[in-house]
Amino acid sequence: MALVVTGSVIGSFGAVFLKFGALALGRHWSTWILNWKLVVGVGAYLLSSVFFVMGVSRGELSVLYPMVSLGYICTLIWSRMFFNERLTASKLAGVALILGGIVLLGLGNH
Amino acid sequence: MSTVIATPVPAMGVQERRRRALFIVAGCTLIGATAQVLIKSGANHLTHPGFVGAIAGMLTNPPLFFGYALYGVFTALMVYALRDGELSILFPLIALQYVWVSILSVLIFHESMSPLKAAGVIVIVIGVAVLGRGGAKV
Repeated sequence: MALVVTGSVIGSFGAVFLKFGALALGRHWSTWILNWKLVVGVGAYLLSSVFFVMGVSRGELSVLYPMVSLGYICTLIWSRMFFNERLTASKLAGVALILGGIVLLGLGNH
Repeated sequence: MSTVIATPVPAMGVQERRRRALFIVAGCTLIGATAQVLIKSGANHLTHPGFVGAIAGMLTNPPLFFGYALYGVFTALMVYALRDGELSILFPLIALQYVWVSILSVLIFHESMSPLKAAGVIVIVIGVAVLGRGGAKV
C-alpha cells in the first residue's frame, strides 16, 4: 500500500517536472538535451513505475487502480499550485468520471 | 497572394494550440497502448524474468525493445504537447490508454470483456469527452 501511494505521488511530481521542462524548451536542440527538469521528470516517472511493479508483485493489485487515481488528484492540485491552472467544473467532472471508470475496470479485472 | 504563401510559420491562436495538444495526447495514448501490448507479448516469451534477464530481454527481444522505444516516443510527444496545453487536462487524458488496452486485450490476447470492464471503458470515454470539451476552450 505504502509503495503504491509513494509511486503515485512521485509520478505526479514527474508530470509537474515534464511541464516545467516543456516550458523551458527553446528552438535550439541543446534545450532538449541539457534540460535537467525533463531529466528529473522522466526519472520520477521511471521511479514511480518501479514502485508500482514492486507493489503489484506483493499482491496489491486491488489497491492499484484507486492509487493511480490518487496520482490524478495530486496532479490537479499541483497544476493549480505551480502553473495557476483553473480548476473548472468540466475538469473536475471529467476527472471524477475517469476515476469512476478506472475503478470499474479494476473491479472487472478480478 | 504571394505574401500569404511567403509567410514562414502561420501564427496559431492559443485555442488552436490547445486543441492540437489535446489531439497529440490522444494519439499518445494509442502509442502507449501499443507499447503496453508489445511489452506484454514480449514478456510472455521471457523465461528468466530476473532484473538482469529483464534488461537483457529489453535489448534482445524485438517486441520488448520496440515497446520501450515507443514509450520514448510517447514521452517526447507528451512534452511537446505540454508546451501548449494545461497539465490538469493532458495528464488525466492519458487514461484513454486504459480504453485502448482493454479493447486490444480482447482482440489480441482474447481476454474476456466483462460487463464491469465494458462499463469502465464507457465511463472513461465520457470523462475524457467532458474534459476535452472544456479543454478546447480558453
